[in-house]
Order: sequence, then C-alpha cells, then structure tokens
Amino acid sequence: MEAVAFYIFAAIAVVASLLVVGQRNPMYSVMLLIVSFGALAGLYVLLDAPFTAVTQIIIYAGAIMVLFLFVVMLLNVEREDSATSVATMVGPTGMKLGAGLSVLLAIEVVWALSRLGESHFGHDAETVNISSVARIGQALFTQHAFAFEATSILILVAMVGAVVLARRER
Amino acid sequence: MSVNPTIVAHLGLIFVVFNMLVLSAAFMVWLERKVCAYIQDRVGPNRVGFEGSLQPFADVIKLMFKEELRPQAADRLLFVIAPIISACAAFAAFSVIPFGTETTLFGLLEEPIPLQVTDVNVAILVIFAIASMGVYGIVLAGWSSNSKYSLLGALRSAAQMISYELSYALALAAVIMLAGSLSLREIVMDQEGYWFGFIPRWYLFLQPVGFVIYMIAGVAETNRAPFDFPEAEQELVAGYHTEYSSMSFALFFLAEYVNMVTVSAVATSLYLGGWLGPFLPDWLQWVYFLLKVFLLLFFYVWMRWTLPRYRYDQLMEFGWKWLFPAAVLNLFATAALVLWLG
Repeated sequence: MEAVAFYIFAAIAVVASLLVVGQRNPMYSVMLLIVSFGALAGLYVLLDAPFTAVTQIIIYAGAIMVLFLFVVMLLNVEREDSATSVATMVGPTGMKLGAGLSVLLAIEVVWALSRLGESHFGHDAETVNISSVARIGQALFTQHAFAFEATSILILVAMVGAVVLARRER
Repeated sequence: MSVNPTIVAHLGLIFVVFNMLVLSAAFMVWLERKVCAYIQDRVGPNRVGFEGSLQPFADVIKLMFKEELRPQAADRLLFVIAPIISACAAFAAFSVIPFGTETTLFGLLEEPIPLQVTDVNVAILVIFAIASMGVYGIVLAGWSSNSKYSLLGALRSAAQMISYELSYALALAAVIMLAGSLSLREIVMDQEGYWFGFIPRWYLFLQPVGFVIYMIAGVAETNRAPFDFPEAEQELVAGYHTEYSSMSFALFFLAEYVNMVTVSAVATSLYLGGWLGPFLPDWLQWVYFLLKVFLLLFFYVWMRWTLPRYRYDQLMEFGWKWLFPAAVLNLFATAALVLWLG
C-alpha cells in the first residue's frame, strides 16, 4: 500500500517538474511547481515526517510560491513562443556544456539507482515515544542553536533589505 | 466478502462531515439573511418554507439554472480551476477538526473511532497549510478573469489574507504552548475539568487577548466584514468574482461559508473547549460542539451587519501595526506564564 502511494507521489512530482520547464505560459509553470511541492509533501508523510510535510506546504507552497505568482502576474511575463530552435539559441559552447551536464546527470542517476536498498535511517528506541515536532525542536535548539540564530539574522537582513528597496523616495 | 465495519464507519464519517459542511453553508445563507433583516428592523425571507428556511435551496436551484458565462479573453483552464481550488481548500481544512469523543457506535465496532475524519498529530499546522492554499483560488480567479476589477480585488484580498495569517499563526502558537501539543484532540482534552467546581477550564479564560486576536484574524482571513473591502460592492463591483456566474459563483460562496465554519470550529476547539460540556452522555457531546460553533457563526453575522467596513489602507495598517505586535506580546506573556507557573 505504501509502495503504491510512493509511486503515485513520485510520478506526480517528476511529471509536474518536467512540465514546469515545458510550459509556454509562465502561470501554468508556477501552478505545476505547486503541484510538485504537494507531491513532495506526500513523500515526506510516507517517510514518517508529517511536520516536514506540513511545513513544506506552509512555507514553500503557501508563501514562496505566492510570491512567485505575484511576480509573474504583475510583471506580465509573456508566453514563450519558440520560433528559434535550441541549437541556435545557445550556440556551440552551450551545446557542449549541455552535453557535459547530461552525462553528469546520467552518471548520478546510475549511481543513485545502484544504491537502492541501503538505508541509514531507521527507528531507534528513543524516537518511538516523542512526536516528530518535539524531537525537531529539541535538536534545533540544543545541537543546532548556532545555525538557528544565524538563519534568523539572515531572514531579518532579507526583510530589512526588502523594506528598504520597496520604499519610495520621499 | 465481508466488509470491515471500521472502514464503513470511516467512510460514513467522511460522508457525514461533508454533508454537514454543505448544509451548514446553506444554513448560513438563511441565518445571514434573517439576522441581517432583524438587525435592520424588517423580517427577511418568510415565503419559502417555515420562516424562509427553504430560501437557500431556492437560491441554489436558481443559480443552477443561470447561464455559465466565461469572458472570451479569460484563461480557460485557470478560470475553471480557481473556484475548485477555493472550495476544495475550504472542505479539506475541516478534515482534522474533532467534534466528539471516541465512539463505538453502540458496540458495533470492536475498537472506538474518534469523531473526526483523520487524527494527525500536527493538526493545527494542517489547517494553517490548507488555509494558505486557499489564497491561490482567489488570486487565480482575479488574474484569469482578465478584468481590472477582478485583478485589483484579488490582489487586495490575497495581500490581506497573507498579512492576517501572521497574527492567526501567533495566536495559535500561544495556545500550542499552553497545551504542549499540536493535535486538536489533545488540546480539547486538555480543557477538561473545572476550576472551583463550576468554571470550565477553557483556554478562553487563560488567553482572552489571544481569543480576540484569533477571531479578528479569522474574520480577516475569510474576507468577511468589517474586512471585506476586496468584495466591496460599492467600490469594486464584486472584486475577484465579478466575472463568475452560476455554479462557479456558488462555489466561491460555498468556500467562503465553509471557511467561516472552519474558523469557528477551530476557535471552538482551541478556546471554548470543543465538545466538552456538562450533563450530556459521551455520545451526545457533539451537540455542545454544534452549539458553540453556531454561537461563533452568529457572532460573525452580527458583526457584519453592525460594523462599517474598513478602508483598505486602514485594514492593512491595523493588521501590521496593531494586531501583529499584540499577537507577539501575547505570545511572550504566555511563554513567560508557562515558564513561571510550570
């Protein structure tokens, strides 16, 4: 049953991501990316991490993608009409770079598939009784406290920067 | 092939909850018109059914027979999908709300099932996540209609919903701190018992400011008066649903009323003790839940027809400069009290 759910979510995630790049209308690309994030959230639930799944929806699909949507809507990004072929658009260096990256991707896929079955994550005795949220909280505020504080300052800097950039000159 | 009674019970539960939500939207249409009428010193619909109670069904039948219009320059796919997203998000948010204790259906089932569609241990975040998805329905409706009224209304509505989501989340966070859990069922169970024998242990008494913040943010989230500037009839024709007619329009309104019911149901679970109440046996306690939700819905309707509408810049200023700091202070005070009193 879980395998069926995994394949469904994984298929949705892959197909939606591929369609994101293949769309002419940028609004459709944004909506398909949201569908892809929803499928990812489903995969997180299958991995027994409901908190991560819900946080993915709240932050990524619910806030960041709204930002993307506003930008695409308000800047009136136009439909792409492919009049020229890919080869003329990227030129010979682009074609060589693309070929190299494709080879790299193929090697990665083969490597990942060869590692099927090895899993370093599992249930140990202490994770059974605490809910995932409490466990994440404990790890975040004790072991990773420095990273947490640094991220908070980074977000604060981003917010202040956004407000400053958006002010009109008085 | 024998059918597992637990699965039948779960399907029955989903059926009951779905129908309850649809009927409550119809009920809200009637309630709104009657309460509005009595506040305005008149009677309201009283021809169709007893005291006009069948009026919403007449309205639905009328809407079904109207012509389904679509502007020619509208983006076909997104125009159709937008009300579907709104309605689905509204219904999905109710799936984690508990409305009763565990029941064995008078001994028909071997193990008791809790009276809610699913029991997730991050239930509050699920509601919040699905509420954020509801923004997309509105934004897509406004953009895909290809009309300036719709676009402006949609942008204003989306900005308003996003701004008030912050105060909403902070009010929720204070309750989570008090209860120590994200599951709605555990939060309600934490409110069992009485102080001094007769005052129920509701979080309303521990968090009065939090309750007010939550209700204000909830009203703003559902785009209801006095925060309904995006739908303001006088200024924007009808905002993001200007170009919609017939059942798509009905879907938007269904979504709005079901969102109201969800906000009231969450407020009941968090602050008013959910289904808990004296005297009734366990299997009837969902009656208390319905009564409390009804009380909050009546409050919603009462507010709409009593208060004047906020102007958009007043609305945004209030949300960012007054409500958000109040929610943060509430969170600090709750954290201090929880640490100090243990």
